[in-house]
Amino acid sequence: MKYHYYPGCSLEKNAASYNISTLAIAKPLGMEFVEVDDWNCCGATEYISLNLTAAYALVARNLALASKNTESNQIVAPCSACYLNLRKCDSYMTESTDLADKVNTALAAGGLSYKGGTLKVRHLLDVIVNDIGYDAIAAKVTKPLKGLRIAPYYGCMIVRPIFSGGSSFDDTEYPKTLDKLLKTLGAEVIDFPLKAHCCGGHMTQISEATGYELIRQLVKGATDYKADLMVTLCPMCQLNLDAFQGPMNMYFNTNYKMPVLYFTQMIGLALGIGAAELGIGSELVDARPALSKIGVEVPEPEPIKVRTPKEALPMPSLPEEK
Amino acid sequence: MAKERIGVYVCHCGTNIAGTVDVEDVSRWAGEVLKDRGVVISRDYKFMCSSLGQELIQKDIKEQGLTRVVVAACSPHLHEATFRNACKIAGLNPYLSELVSIREQDSWVHTDKAVATEKAKAIISGGVERTIWQTPLDPLKVPINPTTMVVGGGIAGIQAALEIADGGFPVVMVEREPSIGGHMAQFDKTFPTLDCSACILTPKMVQVGSHPNIQLLTYAEVTNVSGYVGSFQVTVKQRARSVNVEDCTGCGICQEKCPKKVIDEVFEAGLGYRKAVYTPFPQAVPKYPVIDRENCTYYIKGTCKACEKFCPTGAINFEQEDEYLTFDVGQIILATGWDLFDARRIPQYGYGRLANVFSNLEFERLSNAAGPTGGKIVMRDGITVPKTVGIVHCVGSRDKNYNNYCSAICCMQSLKFAHLVHERTGAEVYNFYIDMRTVSKGYDEFYQRLLDEGTHFIRGKVAEITDAAREPGEEGKLIIQVENTLVGKQMRIPVDMVILSSGLEPRHDTKEVAHLFGISCSADGWLLERHPKLDPVATMTEGIFIAGCLQGPKDIPTSVAQGAAAAARVVGKIQQKEISMEPIKASINQDKCSGCRICNNLCPFNAISFIEDRMVSEVNPALCQGCGTCVAACPAGAISGTVFSDQAILAQIDGLLLKNVKPLELVAG
Amino acid sequence: MSEQFEPIIIGFTCNWCSYRAADMAGTARIKYAPNVRLIRLMCSGRLDPTFILKAFADGADGVLVSGCHPGDCHYVEQNYKTMRRFYLLRKLLTQMGIEPERIKLLWASAAEGQIFADEITKFTEEVRRLGPLNWNPEQGIPKESQPANPMEVSA
Repeated sequence: MKYHYYPGCSLEKNAASYNISTLAIAKPLGMEFVEVDDWNCCGATEYISLNLTAAYALVARNLALASKNTESNQIVAPCSACYLNLRKCDSYMTESTDLADKVNTALAAGGLSYKGGTLKVRHLLDVIVNDIGYDAIAAKVTKPLKGLRIAPYYGCMIVRPIFSGGSSFDDTEYPKTLDKLLKTLGAEVIDFPLKAHCCGGHMTQISEATGYELIRQLVKGATDYKADLMVTLCPMCQLNLDAFQGPMNMYFNTNYKMPVLYFTQMIGLALGIGAAELGIGSELVDARPALSKIGVEVPEPEPIKVRTPKEALPMPSLPEEK
Repeated sequence: MAKERIGVYVCHCGTNIAGTVDVEDVSRWAGEVLKDRGVVISRDYKFMCSSLGQELIQKDIKEQGLTRVVVAACSPHLHEATFRNACKIAGLNPYLSELVSIREQDSWVHTDKAVATEKAKAIISGGVERTIWQTPLDPLKVPINPTTMVVGGGIAGIQAALEIADGGFPVVMVEREPSIGGHMAQFDKTFPTLDCSACILTPKMVQVGSHPNIQLLTYAEVTNVSGYVGSFQVTVKQRARSVNVEDCTGCGICQEKCPKKVIDEVFEAGLGYRKAVYTPFPQAVPKYPVIDRENCTYYIKGTCKACEKFCPTGAINFEQEDEYLTFDVGQIILATGWDLFDARRIPQYGYGRLANVFSNLEFERLSNAAGPTGGKIVMRDGITVPKTVGIVHCVGSRDKNYNNYCSAICCMQSLKFAHLVHERTGAEVYNFYIDMRTVSKGYDEFYQRLLDEGTHFIRGKVAEITDAAREPGEEGKLIIQVENTLVGKQMRIPVDMVILSSGLEPRHDTKEVAHLFGISCSADGWLLERHPKLDPVATMTEGIFIAGCLQGPKDIPTSVAQGAAAAARVVGKIQQKEISMEPIKASINQDKCSGCRICNNLCPFNAISFIEDRMVSEVNPALCQGCGTCVAACPAGAISGTVFSDQAILAQIDGLLLKNVKPLELVAG
Repeated sequence: MSEQFEPIIIGFTCNWCSYRAADMAGTARIKYAPNVRLIRLMCSGRLDPTFILKAFADGADGVLVSGCHPGDCHYVEQNYKTMRRFYLLRKLLTQMGIEPERIKLLWASAAEGQIFADEITKFTEEVRRLGPLNWNPEQGIPKESQPANPMEVSA
């Protein structure tokens, strides 16, 4: 099937491995992605609280760009925040002619327009479990993730209640599609009670106490359940749980080491794709001990080369460095 | 058809009509302009419905030889019967009178006198044209079979059956399970009196089992219903018990010796075991066991027969087959009860995932002295007594994601649970409620008592129940996350055990039952009563009554009251010996019927049947409810309806649009 | 009477819901446009499309069809049949050159007197905007195919 692909900003930078792994599994699973030409940021969670019309105009520009290409009427976002914003925008523009008129006035400046309901906004997980299907995936698994205990973590964005009377692709309180998908890949999936709890979003930047506490609960939960790793589907969740696990440990004086990978990386591994081709190794909490349980070898991360300008002055040598 | 002699009577209704409509003018107009249409007399009078007004009509019928009467007054829903009766007394067939409304539809809703007067003229003109086409009719009388079938042997059905049987009339009771008793038999105590449920129920069950007027069929289901009020034919499938009831003494040795243990999903709500040959509980009525063929080793593997070997009277019969029995009954009472809301549908509450989350029916069995733990309140391990218990109200009820309605019994049931936990374990009890609804006699007093007992009440809808510990002290517990809306704070309450007060739902097969008996369900799926306030036990289908929870969630006292009410209605009908029905019916002209069968499927009451040998359809007047849908649908125009015939309605349209008087006006003009 | 065009509307009601809604409007003294003249049927399912055509042929400018809300039908489900016929008939009327806005389907429960009254006023205004129907039955349909005049039959 053909889909418009909206990667979103995070997949270019901090979640590059999500992008790489998504594109790596697209072909074997029979998904054809056409990246939306000249897409822009969805505004994440902040812009909407500042100026609603401008924020939706920003989101709608992506929908308008995608709808120009009529090869597909479905737009896929791997990022949960992008997915939610696109879906909300499409839905509100369908419901409110007032908003739709304003947004279209803004879009007209760029020669664009969008009519609510033209595109169907889908999350990548929805497409994989419902369009591709568990059976088709199971048939393609060559290296089952047998022996790996996984805590599936959905985050709070994709499970939010439905818009425009459409149906949500999973239970809004206690989702289970990712559980079933990981089981299909051969992993041992724990019934993770915190699966849809919030990771804190941008709270780490606003209140360390709140942000770190939310991260601690999730990492502690997964550790208590003896998970080898957590699997997520949202760049924000991955960033919080992975990059902020260290600062959180320092804050609480704890020593959690819970690796956090994307579900697309797990699919890739089960399909027999190499770890490097899936961007594995770029995570900050080392996933190698966990992945060694299923015999996956992760190449040593390349040492970070620090480029020094020609004009730079030499560093003083420290005593222990001889 | 001779020219009719029509009398028109315009009512002032004091000033109710005369205040907005010039009644004298209307009356004069009808007498002059409609003269050509057969109006021989037109009068106006202060109060047509008074006895003097009625006498006026009766006098004219006799002296002027009126063949039709049109009264222009209030709504037919108010006084149609009055004027029909007045005509009948004077010797005119009541269906030859017509009451048209110039009050509710004219004087009360308009202000301009000239306009209202013109409208009144048009309405009367329509009534006159319509009445010309009416034919004399007599109410239909059908004899009534005194036998009544009661479907469902819970407390509502038991009450209904006993009332009728005690009144001296025969009853056939059909119950799907091996024993009657229903949900009430599963309970230990009943709120608010804390009566032992079995102590008050089992004597009634025994009465049903031994009553000379009651024929009891258990392990049986209704499979087909035909006929109409007074004479229904009901087919009942008697499932094979595999036990000859004539020989069985109910000694229970077979159950003792049966080697196959099965989880009892019905009576024990999945919390206990039974054997493959079983009676659901010791006081079952009838006392005869059944063999559950799906689980019996003999039916699975072909060997065992332990029950047969040990049965002292040789009552076990593996070869018994299902039987189909037919009963002729006059009326039917449905009391098929309810199903429990499946709390697994709310995954965040953990039922089915977290061991110590219990459903309310599970707890009923847990606290029952005859239950799997002998009434000891313990956790799922069967040993540990809980120190803290959380009881969650409104599970699946008052929730737009599941059921919008209030399940009516959960508040009181939860209070009962709290009391039982206190009394037997001394545990701390937390009740989580949205609103406390304790509306019947003695209910609020019970709530006050629980407050005094020290139960904690937290007002708020529980967000989730989890075993993911966050703080010290939460490890190994179930944590209830809730917003206490009275103080506006989020709370996490660690408990050992959670009881979910799941709501009541219509039986999973209510739709099929409704279809089988030709009645309808409300949007919630409960069976629809004829009138929610004034006729809660009758249905839209004559002769079929409903009682108990199949009409909507209710407690035991209300179910009993409904059972008795339905019985009273049934007995009242039986004593009339015959039933009279409105003669508003459809009939098919067999010469015109092409046998296309379009009408056959249109009738929701199955009143139209196709006669194969003559290739025409026929309406059963006793089943026909007179809606007229088939009349409108017949492509050959072969079906006609009394009172609302095509000619009468087309003529009324002419009349309302004054097509009938135009030529006269032209002549006059 | 005022100079503006006063349309004449024939309204069909069922015995159980919409006629009772009209009664309810009366009892509550809710005022509405006097242009509608009601005919009571047992059920909206009784409504033969001929009745509507006849009303238009006889000079009505609009026709109102009303019954119980879907799911509330006294006869279980007959109002669904009304609904089917209604949309078919509206299409047919369009093909005959009659504006589809001249017929209206209204669900009203026995408690909805206010809604019933409001909708009648609204509908009257809509039909007034459309103007008279100008249907000439003498030219439009041969006389013999018109419903028989009762007096002719009886003569």
